[in-house]
Amino acid sequence: MKCDRPSTVASRARVRFALAGALALGPCLGACNKDKPAPPATAESAAPATAAAPSVLKVAFVYVGPVGDAGWTFAHDSARKAAAAMFGARVQTTFVENVPEGADAERVIRDLVSQGNKLIFGTTFGYMEPMMKIAPDAKGVYFEHATGYKTAPNLRTYDSRTYEGAYMAGVVAGSVTKSHKLGVVGSIPIPEVIRNIDSFTMGARTVDPKAETSVVWVNKWFDPPKESEAAQTLIDQGADVLMQNTDSAAVLQTAEKNGKYGFGWDSDMSKFAPKAHLASAVIRWAPYYEKAIQDVLDGKWTTGQAWWGVKEGAIDLASIADTVPTAAKEKIATIKAGLKAGSFAIWTGPIVDSSGREMLKAGETADNKFLHGITFYVKGVQGKPPTN
Amino acid sequence: METLALLVAASMNAGTVLALASMGLLINERAGVLNLGAEGMMLIGAVLGFAVDVHTGSDVLAFVAAAAGGAALAAVFGALVVGLDSNQYATGLVISLFGAGLSTFIGIPYTKERLTERPHYEVAGLSHVPFFGNAFFKHHPLVYAVIALAIATGWFFQKSRPGLVVRAVGDSPHSAQALGLPVGAVRLAAVVAGGALAGIAGAYVSVAYTPLWVEGMVAGRGWIALALTTFAAWRPGRVLLGAYLFGGVTMIQLRLQAGGIQLPSQLLAMLPYLSTIVVLAAISRNSTRMRVSMPASLGKPFHPRA
Repeated sequence: MKCDRPSTVASRARVRFALAGALALGPCLGACNKDKPAPPATAESAAPATAAAPSVLKVAFVYVGPVGDAGWTFAHDSARKAAAAMFGARVQTTFVENVPEGADAERVIRDLVSQGNKLIFGTTFGYMEPMMKIAPDAKGVYFEHATGYKTAPNLRTYDSRTYEGAYMAGVVAGSVTKSHKLGVVGSIPIPEVIRNIDSFTMGARTVDPKAETSVVWVNKWFDPPKESEAAQTLIDQGADVLMQNTDSAAVLQTAEKNGKYGFGWDSDMSKFAPKAHLASAVIRWAPYYEKAIQDVLDGKWTTGQAWWGVKEGAIDLASIADTVPTAAKEKIATIKAGLKAGSFAIWTGPIVDSSGREMLKAGETADNKFLHGITFYVKGVQGKPPTN
Repeated sequence: METLALLVAASMNAGTVLALASMGLLINERAGVLNLGAEGMMLIGAVLGFAVDVHTGSDVLAFVAAAAGGAALAAVFGALVVGLDSNQYATGLVISLFGAGLSTFIGIPYTKERLTERPHYEVAGLSHVPFFGNAFFKHHPLVYAVIALAIATGWFFQKSRPGLVVRAVGDSPHSAQALGLPVGAVRLAAVVAGGALAGIAGAYVSVAYTPLWVEGMVAGRGWIALALTTFAAWRPGRVLLGAYLFGGVTMIQLRLQAGGIQLPSQLLAMLPYLSTIVVLAAISRNSTRMRVSMPASLGKPFHPRA
């Protein structure tokens, strides 16, 4: 796999590096409030490490942002709470927030190892190298890394199939659009984001074959005013349903302001735009966290690479608005059922790229390798991706 | 044609954020004080404006609170650099970082809030004129206010006695002191005024432009405003021109992308910076004039002679 293996997680950290770098006026501008030394692990229960009974599994989570960010880290922490509630007294969970990628992450994770944690989740792409370094030194500790691509005997990766949410959002978009023009505000042109744009368009065209998607890249993961500007551009050019792969609710807000439609991304954003919000493509990490903890408790943990979607309950299209036509809601239900049963795959041929080239033959289903390497726009997306 | 009108409208809107912040910086730099804390003051303005709007539902109160917040942070800066003669560069950076951190802290309860429906503005009788209506007469009041502010600032520094006092303090604080002018008080007032405008610029982002609060949402615009002030040679008209140009090229590049133009978007993303620098550098290329327009004591602490 290539090094540009995408990740939405990387976003949070990249935001800060981009900011600091662009300003070039200080090594940690825009980040220093976060870069303060992470406090020692905040134990959920007050029990000191030594007092824990040997049968209690200690599980630690390392977050790049604050748990109150209402987005990425918030989603991870909600899942941690769900898993902790499920296992009750058998596990003790701990988290450390605001841990910058790089040297600090290594220090924090080593610290967590020394405190007796046996299962450690690193929830951002940039923890990959630190975790790869620590894993061989900490035999007997299991490491789980979100959105990375490197594994070790005691380090495995997990990620979510965000494109399934994008596809379902597309189905809703296709059934709502009147102008047949959809708009996507893209963050950074990497395969994951391009795959989401493609999936969104494919979903829309199953309902409205005339639907066309315009894409505006902001080349940032996080810049709300710029996300708004991009959204406004798409609306000014006739798009009436918007989608985004950026971190904030700015695009949805801009749709609300203009009386158009949009979607929530990563977390439920229905509160931000009661009129514009059609649905939210959400990630749910809880099923994976519960499985991983269960694996360790059962002594069945083995390394690997998990990529979970609707089937495993990791992806969902949530809070579908009442204004969405019933036919579309039924279609979403069918898609979800098909994905769950494994009888339906979104990336099934024939799939043609925007220049008319056949990328996937009729009846052929894309494997993970194909999905990880998508750098083309499908038919219905205007223009070409900047990486091409 | 209407597409062009929308482009003009979007450019003015985008430029207003920068123009507001930049005009504030121009005022305090004219007094000889360089405040690198613009980003922090904008973020404080953004979070306070948003918070007050959530609680009161009033945009006016939101902007007042934002101005007060920006001014308060600027006053801290002013007390340090004017009162205690601390280094302006280092203190400004600290203010920027402190403002960013404080705004994040204040903003914790507001990340999930949203504002009531945003009002639509139009100038009665003119908003339906073809082209001009869409381009110029459907803006937020602050878009017009910033134009008035640019004219007023230009007049203030060229024609009014208090404006000349501020310039004297910025160019030669010792001469100003010899004339009996209160150098410290003038500098402090200029810094506070600049902070208030930065705060309003921040609130324009969080209340009108992108009505939401997320930490760090100003995303570097304070730094762009700082650069803009310098490239515009401390002239209000050029600040406004530079801000609109920057906003305009930003919007054009987004439109080119949406129109399917085959240029790398990364290259397009550079264009606003590049074009603004080129244009402003070109019109400010006369080095003598440049020397005259730059406040001669900018960034230098003032030690009163006994």
